[in-house]
Amino acid sequence: MDVLVWLIPIALGLGLCGLAGFLWALKSGQFDDLDGAANRILFDDVDEEAPRPKDRPES
Amino acid sequence: MRQTPVAVSTAGETDLGSPPAQADPSAQPAPPLSPAASAALETNGRCRHCGAPSPGLAFCCAGCEAAWDLVSGLGLDAYYRRRTIDPDQRLLRPESEESAVDWASWVRDAGDDTAEASLLVEGLHCAACVWLIESVLARQPGVVTARVNMTSRRLRLAWRPAETAPERLVSVVSRLGYRLVPYDAGCLERGGNREEAELLRAMAVAGFAAGNVMLFSVSIWAGHAEGMGPGTRTFFHWISALIALPAIAWAGRPFFRAAWAALAARHVTMDVPIAVGVLLTTAMSLQQTIVGGEHAYFDAAIGLLFFLLIGRYLDRRARGQARSAAEHLLALSATAVTVLADDGGRCVLPPTRVSPGMRVLAAAGERIAVDGRITAGVSSIDTSLIDGESTPKPAFPGTLVFAGTINQSAPLTIEVTAAGEATLLAEIGRQVELAGQHRGRYVVLADRVARLYAPVVHSAALLTFILWWAVIGVDWQPAMMNAVAVLIITCPCALGLAVPVVQVVASGRLLRRGILIKSPTALERLAQVDAIVFDKTGTLTEGRPRLLGVGTFDRGVLAAAAALASASRHPLARALVQACEEAGIGVRTASGVRELPGQGLELDTGHGMVRLGSAQFCGVADGPDDGRAEMWFSRAGAPAIRFAFEDVLRADAQAVADDLRRRGLPIVLLSGDRRRPVLNCARALDIERWDAELRPSEKLQRLRAMAEAGQRVLMVGDGLNDAPALAAAHASMSPSTAIDISQTAADVVFQGAKLAPVREALGVARRARGLVRQNLALSLGYNLLAVPLAVGGQVTPLVAAIVMSTSSILVIANALRLNRMRA
Repeated sequence: MDVLVWLIPIALGLGLCGLAGFLWALKSGQFDDLDGAANRILFDDVDEEAPRPKDRPES
Repeated sequence: MRQTPVAVSTAGETDLGSPPAQADPSAQPAPPLSPAASAALETNGRCRHCGAPSPGLAFCCAGCEAAWDLVSGLGLDAYYRRRTIDPDQRLLRPESEESAVDWASWVRDAGDDTAEASLLVEGLHCAACVWLIESVLARQPGVVTARVNMTSRRLRLAWRPAETAPERLVSVVSRLGYRLVPYDAGCLERGGNREEAELLRAMAVAGFAAGNVMLFSVSIWAGHAEGMGPGTRTFFHWISALIALPAIAWAGRPFFRAAWAALAARHVTMDVPIAVGVLLTTAMSLQQTIVGGEHAYFDAAIGLLFFLLIGRYLDRRARGQARSAAEHLLALSATAVTVLADDGGRCVLPPTRVSPGMRVLAAAGERIAVDGRITAGVSSIDTSLIDGESTPKPAFPGTLVFAGTINQSAPLTIEVTAAGEATLLAEIGRQVELAGQHRGRYVVLADRVARLYAPVVHSAALLTFILWWAVIGVDWQPAMMNAVAVLIITCPCALGLAVPVVQVVASGRLLRRGILIKSPTALERLAQVDAIVFDKTGTLTEGRPRLLGVGTFDRGVLAAAAALASASRHPLARALVQACEEAGIGVRTASGVRELPGQGLELDTGHGMVRLGSAQFCGVADGPDDGRAEMWFSRAGAPAIRFAFEDVLRADAQAVADDLRRRGLPIVLLSGDRRRPVLNCARALDIERWDAELRPSEKLQRLRAMAEAGQRVLMVGDGLNDAPALAAAHASMSPSTAIDISQTAADVVFQGAKLAPVREALGVARRARGLVRQNLALSLGYNLLAVPLAVGGQVTPLVAAIVMSTSSILVIANALRLNRMRA
């Protein structure tokens, strides 16, 4: 049973890491815009393109 | 959560149900076209930019054409294929005039030579709009970041002041048709959000601790069967204590604070038995751990906290969402005042900094922000928010105007007699506050249950202690343990979840349909309603005039009249133009139209005068008097034609009224409008009890009288004249088009052009009440069944854990049924 002396602190430490990670994410605003984040991924590709002059309607 | 479908399809320019035969614009050969020529390509009759009907034309107005040019000029026209137009949102039509904003008070210095501002965005339809705004702004020189939060519909904008100015950036976005209004980020987010974040953090800590303590508890329970030595057991108890004690102390603060506040105010809420239960359980477990006892209940204490924090957080978040949406609507309507200086210069001030004696300018179409007397200009004023009257009143120098009314046709100069807190608007605001105070005294069902529950539970625990100690004669320590076990088993875990979970499911369901529940007790009060009072203008009706009998007029006449009318901002003229557009008659604005404020429009065609306006103006001596708003149209050599207008009922008003009556709710119509239109409306909807020409205070009296007669009234209204009545009613609803103060006074704000939300909200509220009662019965019954076990000393930590989690799960599952019920 001596192994518990090691295992318990390790298990608790890992859990605490997860908790700290969550609190950090909460603080840095990762949960502020769940709707936007879900949709944003669909649009990023064109966002990076350079602006190109265009006539209307689109050709 | 708002559903936001993203159209990534490539067929059809907009997702407005255009016929599949509609050619993909990207497949067309693309010569630069004038609007008239490109009209040939448009077969769906909708404006390319805003998607509104524009028969025969590619764009409905010059603003939309400019916006389209801007978007495609930046190479962002993928936007039009990707977006999904949300019919409940404002049209994406750029406004011709922009209101000036005093930027100095909104811009923050963000260091590194950048400045930052937070803005509310109105007109977001879907994720493509977010993308468009961000991309357009990112392509402007000097912009550092532009990020739109889609959930809260807010834009955070940072730029280098040396290279650009906020006015320029905002004007780019408003040219696309969105409205941007700066807001004080700190002010909106203070309070509510901070509390929500604290609950979430407490929940995270409690969840972590509960999970870990439960691991040790499971080992201990297994150890009871497998013969774990007392040394290991005590060691595990100590580790559990090490995790649970700080977690309980920290995560339990919201409950301890609320319980203490309730006790200090000498009443009992649900927080009191929770706090007592958690603290006693923890203390007893600690004592058992110290003496090396067999049972410690740390898992029960922290698990209980975790479950309750979930309930509390969900409850808070659902209301926070509704509140922030309502705040958003309010902030958008806050306008700045243009003050005329003595030297003729102009400056824009917030309404709070205007003082009596100043002269302010009210542009056409703008809401007047002060009380005052007109010194220059002739116009008409929409006073419906003050007195509920639907037809505008003429205004000329000397006329008194009030804050909240809308100046309709021409600019006015107004000498301020009262501003800010001294206006009639603010006075009514105080009435509202006074009338709404009774709401603060309403006690939620859960707390009413707690008032009965807490004494019963605590005396049961006391009796158990006395039974074991004095009657059976054991030591005080085991007697105490059994008493605390009674408290643990009856600690209202499921009871704490029973109400919030139902509230969350119900308000989530309503939020998806554009109905915002603002007050925590609104659902409970809505469910008790047994009579409904409606306002007329803007509530039962659409609140704007519509041309009657469009089909009876000659199309040529309509087109000719609309050519004049489109030069004016007068509501009747606009209604005429709109009627033509809906009938598919193309409207070309005639050039050279002169507007004579208070009289009408005229155009010299060379073949004689064409006039559109009042009967007198068109040379008509006596027209029919049916109480309707009217406009006359006269051309040389032809008899004058009368266009009659009426504020038409909302499309589903009849259906909703019938349905409410079927549910046994009597309907009363109370309006500030004149008798004639109110009578028409009451007849159309078969409403027997109605009254017209009521002042705000009279409406309030009617409602008080109904309340004294024992009725629980739901008031539905939008005008300023309704605000005191809204606050005084047992429950109240207001459309999102209502004036700020009415939205503030109402419990529930609903969006959209239909009246169905009233029915929906009532239905969901009644269902929710049923579920809350079931849940309370379920959790109480479950807990009380286990009481004999506890009194008998048979509740081990394992039994406590099982009872607690199953009752919580039962309650949650029962609440989720609401999503599938028909309202």
